[in-house]
Amino acid sequence: MKSTGRQKLVWTIISIAVLVYALFPVASILATSFKSPGDLTNGRFLPTPGLATLANYEQILVGDAQGLFLTALWNSIGISLIATFIAVVLATLCAYAIARLDFPGKKLILTTALAVSIFPVISIVTPLFNLWRNIGLYDTWLGLIIPYLSLTLPISIWTLAAFFRQIPWELEQAAQVDGATTWQAFRKAIVPLAAPGVFTTAIIAFFIAWNDFVYGISLTSTEAARPVPAALAFFTGASQFESPTGAISAAAIIVTIPVVLLVLLFQRQIVSGLTQGAVKG
Amino acid sequence: MASITLKNLVKQYGDGFPAVNDISIDIEDGEFIILVGPSGCGKSTLLRMIVGLEDITSGDLYINGERVNSKAPRDRNLAMVFQNYALYPHLTVFENIAFPLRLAKGRHSEEEVQRLVTEAAATLELTDHLQRKPANLSGGQRQRVAMGRAIVRQADAFLFDEPLSNLDAKLRGQMRSEISQMQRRLGTTSVYVTHDQTEAMTLGDRVAVLKKGELQQIASPRELYEQPVNLFVAGFIGSPSMNFLPATIENGKLQTSLGALDIPADRAAKAAGRKVVLVGVRPEFFEDAKLVDEAKKPHGSTFKATLTHTEWLGNEQYGYINFDPSPEVRELLNNLARDMDADELRPQVVVTLDAASRIRGGRESEIWLDTRKLHLFDPETGENLTRDAEAGAALTAEANEERAEEIASARDADHEHSTTSTGNGGGGGSHRAVS
Repeated sequence: MKSTGRQKLVWTIISIAVLVYALFPVASILATSFKSPGDLTNGRFLPTPGLATLANYEQILVGDAQGLFLTALWNSIGISLIATFIAVVLATLCAYAIARLDFPGKKLILTTALAVSIFPVISIVTPLFNLWRNIGLYDTWLGLIIPYLSLTLPISIWTLAAFFRQIPWELEQAAQVDGATTWQAFRKAIVPLAAPGVFTTAIIAFFIAWNDFVYGISLTSTEAARPVPAALAFFTGASQFESPTGAISAAAIIVTIPVVLLVLLFQRQIVSGLTQGAVKG
Repeated sequence: MASITLKNLVKQYGDGFPAVNDISIDIEDGEFIILVGPSGCGKSTLLRMIVGLEDITSGDLYINGERVNSKAPRDRNLAMVFQNYALYPHLTVFENIAFPLRLAKGRHSEEEVQRLVTEAAATLELTDHLQRKPANLSGGQRQRVAMGRAIVRQADAFLFDEPLSNLDAKLRGQMRSEISQMQRRLGTTSVYVTHDQTEAMTLGDRVAVLKKGELQQIASPRELYEQPVNLFVAGFIGSPSMNFLPATIENGKLQTSLGALDIPADRAAKAAGRKVVLVGVRPEFFEDAKLVDEAKKPHGSTFKATLTHTEWLGNEQYGYINFDPSPEVRELLNNLARDMDADELRPQVVVTLDAASRIRGGRESEIWLDTRKLHLFDPETGENLTRDAEAGAALTAEANEERAEEIASARDADHEHSTTSTGNGGGGGSHRAVS
């Protein structure tokens, strides 16, 4: 189909509109993060010329809010990475079994996973809070990793199962005939091919854990385990008359950076199509 | 190098459907066996049972006299070439071929891996492509890589699952002769699944014809062609396929829809006592009566017929004669066609005529039929009444001798070519005595 100049124009306009709509909040936060406390209410998008400042970043990285923010950042990174890692490893094995083997209860597992992932988080937070307090998991990393797994595992299983189904089974059989054990065939023939799928899944899982707020704020009470999204709510201004908007904006920007970096880093791995050429195409 | 013995092998699926039903085959060391049959006859399943990718429901499978039913594929030391090649897309051609060697940890040094892979690649003319990925190769090259992976290690036997079905006709012919020569040179026992007749006839020392999971006949291609055991084998082997004409026997003469045919008394005797038989006639048994030697003429019978049309192919021509069978026979022919995976069989006779023949469609003409070779079949059981088992066995024995000779001479040639190579040709001496 040949696209005329007019069609191109329409598409460009639509794309720009969507981009502006999606990126405006980010741009707004970025602009706000450079405003000094007195400048916050200047009624303009950008900081008042000459008053733009890095004070907010200083405050959260080296200033008073440092303790609050950096430990929260550390908690977030640690908890999200561990939750992602466990979810991906478990989901890889589970999805592989679902895609390859015929066993009773296969449908049940998939349905359960789906049910868990659509179950409203807020309804189990209160019971979890009580339970965690009784068994000593409240305000610990493990206390957050476990609920995060309930969020990340189902979606990981679904994504990976779909991915594994695309990998030709013959590859594995060929490996077995070539002298591989089941585990070797899985590791040497299937895992390298599944890598793009695993990366994609890992990134999705990481985002889910990274962005969580409800568990983060309900199941923690101190800096021992409080993740960034929850910690932001505890920011205070220099005095009670100052709102911490600038600092929160700066923190939000810093929290966004790892996500952007991740996507940029693994962009190539996410691109699939690696299986091409395995079998007659 | 190994002998493989299949003893009453059965494969039953969960719903009780027997995909492979009670098959027994003895495969000798160095033999090239073809499993052939229409789709759904269980030939691929049987191959996968041998290699260990399918469980065996009952029966015994022996490799070198050792029962391997419960052994994992990797412990059977067999190499397999898959229909869709199953190359590892993330590995280079070199690593694809080296894969089995690398899995056998500690058994091969790095230099040895290098040497074996380079040798295998040279055999298959892949040397220039060793560093490329499978995705960048042509179909024929991918096929070679798959073969390379099979020959690189000293497997006991090669198993091929329709390896050429994804190639175009020209490449298929070329790869066919390469596989055949390679098998002779290496002298490795091979089992080859195909639905292609040409592959079956040209490659196999013996061909096993399967139908609905049951072994119909296993014999050399010549025995299958000349002494088929039943209607199915007779119809399946040969192209254009054998013509089947309903006939009655009266006074030693066959009354067919083509007219009365004189047949040798010994043939007629075999069908004595039956009212109706099916006459199996290969197209090349016919000839334009005008072009037949006077000396040869008494061996056959001449009849008049009107061809509907002819097809001139240069070296020969095909003529077609329609006939109108009774409903029962029509039903029988249709069943046979269905068994062979073909569409409804039109009640017509295909005759092969000399290219010089001037017979054309629409005119009545005289056609001669060599009655010495025709077969009579029982229309109910499909059994071949005129099969000469001894002659058949002799043909297969002959093929066996030829195989031993071919392997020996291929080995000698190989030794002369590469005095330095200790790889593939090295183990040859001990097998030369095999008959």
